[in-house]
Amino acid sequence: MEYLSLFVKSIFVDNMIFAYFLGMCSYLAVSKNVKTANGLGIAVIFVLLITLPLNYLLYTKVLVPGALTWLSPKFADVDLSFLAFILFIAVIAAITQVVEMVVEKFLPSLYSSLGIYLPLIAVNCAILGGSLFMQQREFANVGESVVYALGSGIGWYLAIVVLAAIREKLSYSNVPAGLRGIGITFITVGLMGIAFMAFMGISL
Amino acid sequence: MSNLKETILNPILKGNPITVLILGICSSLAVTVELKGAIVMALSVTIVTGLSSYVCSLLRKTIPNRVRIIVQLVVVALMVIVVDQFLKAYSYTIEKQLSVYIGLIITNCIVMGRIEAYALGNKPLPSLLDGLANGLGYGIILVIVAFFRELFGSGTLFGVPVLSAIGYTNNGLVILPPFALILLGCIIWIQRSIQKDLQEK
Repeated sequence: MEYLSLFVKSIFVDNMIFAYFLGMCSYLAVSKNVKTANGLGIAVIFVLLITLPLNYLLYTKVLVPGALTWLSPKFADVDLSFLAFILFIAVIAAITQVVEMVVEKFLPSLYSSLGIYLPLIAVNCAILGGSLFMQQREFANVGESVVYALGSGIGWYLAIVVLAAIREKLSYSNVPAGLRGIGITFITVGLMGIAFMAFMGISL
Repeated sequence: MSNLKETILNPILKGNPITVLILGICSSLAVTVELKGAIVMALSVTIVTGLSSYVCSLLRKTIPNRVRIIVQLVVVALMVIVVDQFLKAYSYTIEKQLSVYIGLIITNCIVMGRIEAYALGNKPLPSLLDGLANGLGYGIILVIVAFFRELFGSGTLFGVPVLSAIGYTNNGLVILPPFALILLGCIIWIQRSIQKDLQEK
């Protein structure tokens, strides 16, 4: 039950895009049509799902003050938590590289449609943000971090597919000259965000 | 010399990283509820962008092309750790308030974007200036957004009551995250109405 509430909460209430603005750059750049948005969304879910539990284990078993006692009791007062940023980003960059190679080998059509954005997942704030939120919220076990990764990934996926659908329709409408393109997209995302605010009332 | 001036002025007006290049939106908007947080964030990003552009430019002939993204990330992460530790030591409450967004400077597209687009092909000193100028261009937008959000959301500026002192009822919508996006959309609208060559067809 706890997992379920964390799952729903991370999709709707703590949505990566609408509540924290994470992963905005690729969100705005790749949401021009539904097909590529779909591909990038799935890639983000996938990378989040691998990196977040890995970073969780890394954080709790290596970085937290006194975490190294499983190696030797002498390390009880070693505090490596200041290294968190650099290790998290290293894990993410390495995993993205692997995912890129796998997609290139087995799904060449997806690879060519994602183009430059696949390697850029490494610098997608949603991925690093997931790991940093994991560190901040102090999840109790690996299960929670997996559920959180899945939930926030799906939340991001939903947001990008919905925006891509709206933008496909929007390209036929008559927008004021100065707002065309990115301006109206910002306002659309803002309005979508207000709609998502409705979920904040749910108590879980 | 005019070239150098161009390097500094261009990112602030015509090639602003946020409103024109649409980079670094990720971590920017969440910190704009208050002016103080926005200014600290703007300074941190400026310092990180400038220094990591400088370092990457020094290393540009020794980094193998294939692993350059990882090397750049390591350099940027180091700079961010320094800034984060500094803030923890000297202004702990602001560091807590900015929470994960300081760490997210690592993945801020402006930093990586400037290294890729400028620092890898230019000498260290212009790279440093380019990085600093882009950080400033980012900071200006951040401060504008934060100004309106704090003024109309809480009726204060830097925590000092301004509008609330004359009986203004705070507008809760302005504090909510979506409003930052709408405000940014309006800033882009104004800028593109003035600089017509930026308009998209």
